[in-house]
Amino acid sequence: MPRVQGFKAIVIGISTGGVETLKALLGALPKDFPLPLIIVQHISPGSGRGMADLLDEVCDIHVKEADEQELPVGGTVYLAPADYHLMVEQDGKLGLSTDPPVNYARPSVDVLFETAAEAFGKGLVGVVLTGAGCDGSRGLKRIKAMGGIAVVQNPEDAAASSMPNNAIMAVTPDYIVASADLPRLFIKLSKSE
Amino acid sequence: MTTTDEIEEIELGLLLDGIAKVYGYDFREYAEASLKRRMIQWLSTSGFDSFGQALPHILRNPVIFEGLLRGITVNVSAMFRDPFVFKTIREQVTPYLKTYPFVKIWHAGCASGESAYSMAILLEEEGLKGRFRIYATDIDREVLSKAQQGIFPLKEMRQFTHNYQKSGGRSSFSDYYTARYDHAMLMPSLKEEIVFASHNLAGDGEFGEMQMVLCRNVLIYFKEHLKDRALNLFHSCLADGGFLCLGTKETLDGRSIAPYYQEIAPHTRIYRKRYA
Repeated sequence: MPRVQGFKAIVIGISTGGVETLKALLGALPKDFPLPLIIVQHISPGSGRGMADLLDEVCDIHVKEADEQELPVGGTVYLAPADYHLMVEQDGKLGLSTDPPVNYARPSVDVLFETAAEAFGKGLVGVVLTGAGCDGSRGLKRIKAMGGIAVVQNPEDAAASSMPNNAIMAVTPDYIVASADLPRLFIKLSKSE
Repeated sequence: MTTTDEIEEIELGLLLDGIAKVYGYDFREYAEASLKRRMIQWLSTSGFDSFGQALPHILRNPVIFEGLLRGITVNVSAMFRDPFVFKTIREQVTPYLKTYPFVKIWHAGCASGESAYSMAILLEEEGLKGRFRIYATDIDREVLSKAQQGIFPLKEMRQFTHNYQKSGGRSSFSDYYTARYDHAMLMPSLKEEIVFASHNLAGDGEFGEMQMVLCRNVLIYFKEHLKDRALNLFHSCLADGGFLCLGTKETLDGRSIAPYYQEIAPHTRIYRKRYA
């Protein structure tokens, strides 16, 4: 069991099969879930804001597209906008960039994770869910190195297993769970002090 | 005990102080997360082990500094990025621009020129040929000379063509370039409408009066103070009734100049300056 440490935020990386997984996960979280959730979901450049609107519609918790210089607050899910990297600044505010793709992706999970690790240190939960490729592995390693904890979806439970598999090879996760168990785990972690 | 990470942070700070003093480029007003990523990226290819080791070389050798400057500031874009924005410019901005005998447009932070050339094509198609000039500026002189060439990788053309069509292009995009090996050269006549010039939003002053200012996905790299400096600069050179076009994730909300502007269509971040 990781020591109890008063988490400040949850960051999530997700790709192939993401929409359905996110619908179920975010849909099961209460409106007053105390931590901000910051998410990079790989989407094509022309996607627009449809994804955030769609999830906001079906979830109790508030889902929005991340704005730059926005201070993430509890009870809110921040999705990376299409064709931008999403980052966390040292002061905890969100930042965006149009820097070149990382791991062929913009937004990239590694970019979010690495910057969030710097900002939140041991107060961070990093979560790698279903997806193809290796985006998120390096970032998860950084999160662990800075004292945060790593959660990975059980590859057998994932629509696409290579992102979780690569994450498990990169770090020793604190939790490997099926997506159905994620809401309960998030609620438990959010209550640790 | 100071950790290696903390020491890196301290060295980075010293380096930025030194660069500001020696070269006059102040990156302390840039958003930290992306600046730091870019600097670490530069460091990994520089041959130096740390910012501390690189510091005296950067401060004493302008050639090394130029390389770092490029690493920090270079931006890549696409022609007609966010096609709906260019569609809105085509449909809702050009009718006003046409009422002027001659239109001046400032494109700040033009990087390798994708967006400036897009505007030139759009304005020509809307009947403004010969009646406009685009002043395309960037902090980096080398990227400007690249922009001036108007040559892009051929593999980008598919995306550019797609964007052009979605932006309401009236012609065939292939009319605007010649393919050579793996590169595409834009029609030289487009360049005649564009003046490329060096300008630093963190230090330099304004141009003459403009009917339109475009500055897209540049302010996201700036901290608050520098954002306001740039916006005030744009405000002071925009004519009443002129247009300010920001990136789709940039906004005037909460900015001091906001009361003087109105967004012309939701989510486009194309603002029109009110008549005084």
